[in-house]
Amino acid sequence: MNIYVLVKRTFDTEEKIVVSGGKIQEDGAEFIINPYDEYAIEEAIQVRDAQGGEVTVLTLGGEDAEKQLRTALAMGADKAVLINIEDDLEEVDQFAAAFIISEYLKDKNPDLILAGNVAIDGGSGQVGPRLAELLGINYVTTITNLEIDGTTVTIKRDVEGDTEVLETSLPLLVTAQQGLNEPRYPSLPGIMKAKKKPLEEVELDDLDIDEDDVEAKIETIEIYLPPKKEAGKVLAGDLADQVRELVELLHSEAKVI
Amino acid sequence: MSKKVLVLGEAREGALRNVSYEAIAAAKTISGGGEVVSVLLGDSVKDLAGELVKFGADRVITVEHPHLKQYTSDGYGQAILAVIEQESPEAIVFGHTALGKDLSPKIASKLQIGLVSDVTSIEGEGDDAVYIRPIYSGKAFEKVKVKNGIQFITIRPNNIAPLVKDDSKTGDVTSLSVDITSLRTIIKEVVRKSSEGVDLSEAKVVIAGGRGVKSEEGFKPLQELANVLGGAVGASRGACDADYCDYSLQIGQTGKVVTPDLYIAAGISGAIQHLAGMSNSKIIVAINKDPEANIFKVADYGIVGDLFEVIPMLTEEFKKLKVNA
Repeated sequence: MNIYVLVKRTFDTEEKIVVSGGKIQEDGAEFIINPYDEYAIEEAIQVRDAQGGEVTVLTLGGEDAEKQLRTALAMGADKAVLINIEDDLEEVDQFAAAFIISEYLKDKNPDLILAGNVAIDGGSGQVGPRLAELLGINYVTTITNLEIDGTTVTIKRDVEGDTEVLETSLPLLVTAQQGLNEPRYPSLPGIMKAKKKPLEEVELDDLDIDEDDVEAKIETIEIYLPPKKEAGKVLAGDLADQVRELVELLHSEAKVI
Repeated sequence: MSKKVLVLGEAREGALRNVSYEAIAAAKTISGGGEVVSVLLGDSVKDLAGELVKFGADRVITVEHPHLKQYTSDGYGQAILAVIEQESPEAIVFGHTALGKDLSPKIASKLQIGLVSDVTSIEGEGDDAVYIRPIYSGKAFEKVKVKNGIQFITIRPNNIAPLVKDDSKTGDVTSLSVDITSLRTIIKEVVRKSSEGVDLSEAKVVIAGGRGVKSEEGFKPLQELANVLGGAVGASRGACDADYCDYSLQIGQTGKVVTPDLYIAAGISGAIQHLAGMSNSKIIVAINKDPEANIFKVADYGIVGDLFEVIPMLTEEFKKLKVNA
């Protein structure tokens, strides 16, 4: 089975966000594989181990993203692709990202593409479904279980707390929701092996993409931090009185009840 | 320039979801005095159309087909694209719900247009509309403009106030017949887990438990409080990882981002990842045994104490309040 996993390099969830000059400051920040993409990588490895085939992890970004690709290879992916756009594009929106990836994948005949259901930085969750549409294949988002039998695929997906059970077929793109699996940590031998695994780097030129073809459709004009929340009132006194006071405050002062 | 705006209404178990009305309000702003056209898709949805008009839609288009009884991206995609082709809207608004998140990128891709997802507020109107959306799970915000073409956005439930309902308002309701074919996905079954029926992302009140809840059993008092307040129960990652509850309840940077009117955090220490998912709630109440817990730093009101004592007392007090009201 020819399996691709879309991976994004994102800020570590522990990081505080600092904005200066209208941009998120990246200096000194720790970067990780987007947590939802880790579920996708793990699932891809499990599918390959059960069905045979090859797992290729793919990312769109700059040189720095090589580290996250190596981590995915250390987990057990077979090959990696870095579509390096840092010298060509200033701004990449979801339209552009999906288009570039589709141009790379269009002659690769993937049977299964996996991705996280959302990236914890931009948080739009668009690139997976957009890509499936461009490749003309079906997609299922926020999956929590995947079973493949021949070309028949049975999936459980999370729909706002409910579970939907559905059937579809390969080729297919799925996006991973928490609960799909327990992503493995790279083992030491895995890390050693990852250094020798193939990592292909391509640029827009290699894909015959003109910068005008991928001009962003939307534009971020400002980034700012939410107003800092002041610590509120910690109640005191007898517990029963505190509870009564709280209900009174919520009712009369905050007016939310 | 005033715009014609298409809004997707969403029904769940035979009733319109609030986000449908919120989307109409958003559409009204974007339209800049233009026309707001609501769309309803399903197997039998005509009866719901009147409500959309009362909440501000100028007219409603319904597409009814047996294959639209349940949502599939293929079925709903074909229906909405047919409506878009007929109406040529200048803007489109969906809810940022499970359905909207799944369907909107497909439509944007098909139309080769931009899409601003998860919008929480709108500044300006008409061509000058600027969309505000959280990034890094609410640790920061960005203002986004659509450079050209159709303005397509999804709005986060519970953030944009619906218009005041006008029972005397009337508007045209028309139906469009669309041939829905070759669905690639078959829905076999839907297992309802959210027992009390209040969806976490749309709930006005969220009662969330953390490691301090100690067990699956420990969530019961939280559920009872949620029932009294008509709210939903959520959880921190700690509680989910410890198997006290299902991952679908998780609130935080991984998990759901919620912005209810009232968020009660019980036995939650307040890790940065959790705060990202709830700190934009209107009012936050923290209940924790540890007075040094981080959660108190973002709480409007705090009680230092054992949640197993405090929560049942709160439930009783709120019951009294409801009786008196």
